[in-house]
Amino acid sequence: MSVAQETPVTSREEVPAAPRRNGRWSGYSHLLMARMLELKREPEVVFWVFAFPLLLALGLGIAFRNKPADAVSVAIVSGTGSQDAQALLARSPQHATFKTQVLSAQDAQKGFRLGKFDVVIEPGSGGGFQYRFDPARPESVLAKAEVNEALQAAAGAKAAVPATAVASSEPGSRYIDFLIPGLLGMNLMNSGMWGIGFALVDMRQRKLLKRFVGTPMRRGDFLLALASSRLILMIIEVGLLLVFGVLFFHMRVLGSVAAIALIAAIGSLTFGGVGLLTASRAQKIESVSGLINLVMMPMWIFSGVFFSYERFPAVIHPFIKALPLTALNDALRASILEGTPLVQQWPRLLIMILWGGISFGLALKWFRWT
Amino acid sequence: MPAAVAIQCRDLRKTYDGKVEAVRGLNLEIQVGECFGLLGPNGAGKTTTIEILEGLLQPTSGQVAIFGHSWQENEREMREWLGISLQETRLSEKLSVRETIELFASFYREPRSSEEVLEQLELTEKADAWVGKLSGGQRQRLAVATALVCNPKILFLDEPTTGLDPQSRRQLWDIIRHFQRAGGTVLLTTHYMDEAERLCDRLAIVDHGQIIAEGSPADLIDRLGGHHVVEFSVNANGSGPARENCAWRGLPGVESVREEGDVIALNVKEPHLTIPALLDAIDQQKMELAHLTTRQASLEDVFVRLTGRHLRDE
Repeated sequence: MSVAQETPVTSREEVPAAPRRNGRWSGYSHLLMARMLELKREPEVVFWVFAFPLLLALGLGIAFRNKPADAVSVAIVSGTGSQDAQALLARSPQHATFKTQVLSAQDAQKGFRLGKFDVVIEPGSGGGFQYRFDPARPESVLAKAEVNEALQAAAGAKAAVPATAVASSEPGSRYIDFLIPGLLGMNLMNSGMWGIGFALVDMRQRKLLKRFVGTPMRRGDFLLALASSRLILMIIEVGLLLVFGVLFFHMRVLGSVAAIALIAAIGSLTFGGVGLLTASRAQKIESVSGLINLVMMPMWIFSGVFFSYERFPAVIHPFIKALPLTALNDALRASILEGTPLVQQWPRLLIMILWGGISFGLALKWFRWT
Repeated sequence: MPAAVAIQCRDLRKTYDGKVEAVRGLNLEIQVGECFGLLGPNGAGKTTTIEILEGLLQPTSGQVAIFGHSWQENEREMREWLGISLQETRLSEKLSVRETIELFASFYREPRSSEEVLEQLELTEKADAWVGKLSGGQRQRLAVATALVCNPKILFLDEPTTGLDPQSRRQLWDIIRHFQRAGGTVLLTTHYMDEAERLCDRLAIVDHGQIIAEGSPADLIDRLGGHHVVEFSVNANGSGPARENCAWRGLPGVESVREEGDVIALNVKEPHLTIPALLDAIDQQKMELAHLTTRQASLEDVFVRLTGRHLRDE
């Protein structure tokens, strides 16, 4: 290696380089390869696209895994009868779930207001009890019912109808099972919007788009290469997260791999289209960053990534369901968790295709190459 | 073969947002095999003009023809003929030099071999280095390489050497000359007079979107009346006559005199004759020389001469 090599100086000008002819797809394949190489060499991309969703799933999965039955914290207002209440609760079959504390009416009231206690028992004059609870706090409502049930049972009340309860935390109904498809959807949205929108504006700001347009490059090939790179990344993203869910959290995947891949591909292209539209005019990455966040914000909130959108008032459900991320998340959940066939999912797929298609059409019309 | 016209434009106008008139009625005719320079201050409309000629900007009015074809007719075919280097394109930093050249080569039907271009632009050693690791001169050579890899008939270079060190500039000049010698046509913009002088067969000085002078470099410098500028200032402890132009005007070789504050600038043909005479004159008038420099006449001088304004005060 270190030996100085003699360069054949003479043949430099004369040698006619074998005439090279590029085929129809040479531009496309080089653009795709360049894009993939760039992504591979960008450590941030590897982190945000691949590592971040896994860490998020891991963190949330652990936080919400095997959630122990919440202790019900009960305040008992001291006075006559407070001993009785305590004794009765201690005798009840569910006594382990109660954390009781006897305090003055004032302190109990204050603790309740601050959320320290779920329910306050105020012993009444005639040996009865009065429960103070907050109907707006689900855990308070629950605590009231449980405390009442425990007190009644301990005092000797008989159930009118015999009933037994069995605890169930099967795979498929746990939070992590709900979460992973949501994370998949969110990740496809993030990487679609950033991977297309941000990348394009960055290239426009660097005048690289203009430079490309100065060549005979086919503009369609350029966009196609960008979309293809998204699909390749999508396969890795979705695969990693699903395999992770199956291995780590023993998630069950009921739908076929092909159906999930198709949904993910449609989702990926949908957000690619929305990303393209978002990036169609912006000249600066600062402005497109704001725009991308603005577009994604409602979907982060409403589309049921971390919690079900059923919690929102029913009035706005139609609006929520019309969002592309809602459609994607619902389709992924139905396919992964319930094995719903694609045929039954057509309205969701249609919503995504409409969003993607219309965005793409508008983007092509408005797109600024220079 | 009779000289053919490579680039032609007639009454080119470009108005941005209906307000800013960047180009105001510009006519050009550049022959095949010629190296033509557009010279002018920043904001003169050089980049707008060259980008319209490259078909990257739509003129508000006026016609452009490249080898007799207009951009509306046959854009894709025309792109095969042109090698373009824009002002400060930032190529992808995470691609290697070779990958970048290959990428650009892939857009053309019959590009040159990348190895040959790498060798010609002395980038072979850096072929596998990432673009982000290149020096300014190497980046600029790479930008020109992406233009040359398509084996163009016309090379468009927008300020190819701005911000480069002297050695890198020289290297680029060699490359441009080499291309021209092989029969290529070059259109470049610059604000360096020496660059235009060395490279261009003809040039046009552009100001406020119009051509204010056109000709060979020798022509333009002749119009200035001196290739050198001697600038000096004196401590005026003496009296009147020192301040009068005629005192300097009469020195040998002085073509014209300009005063800017304390500094007196002489446009001079032969500084080796002027300077001794100048020193004598100062001595005779019992003044002290506070400052003396000589330099090549620059675009600044031509421009000031032509417009009575400085390049950079608007």
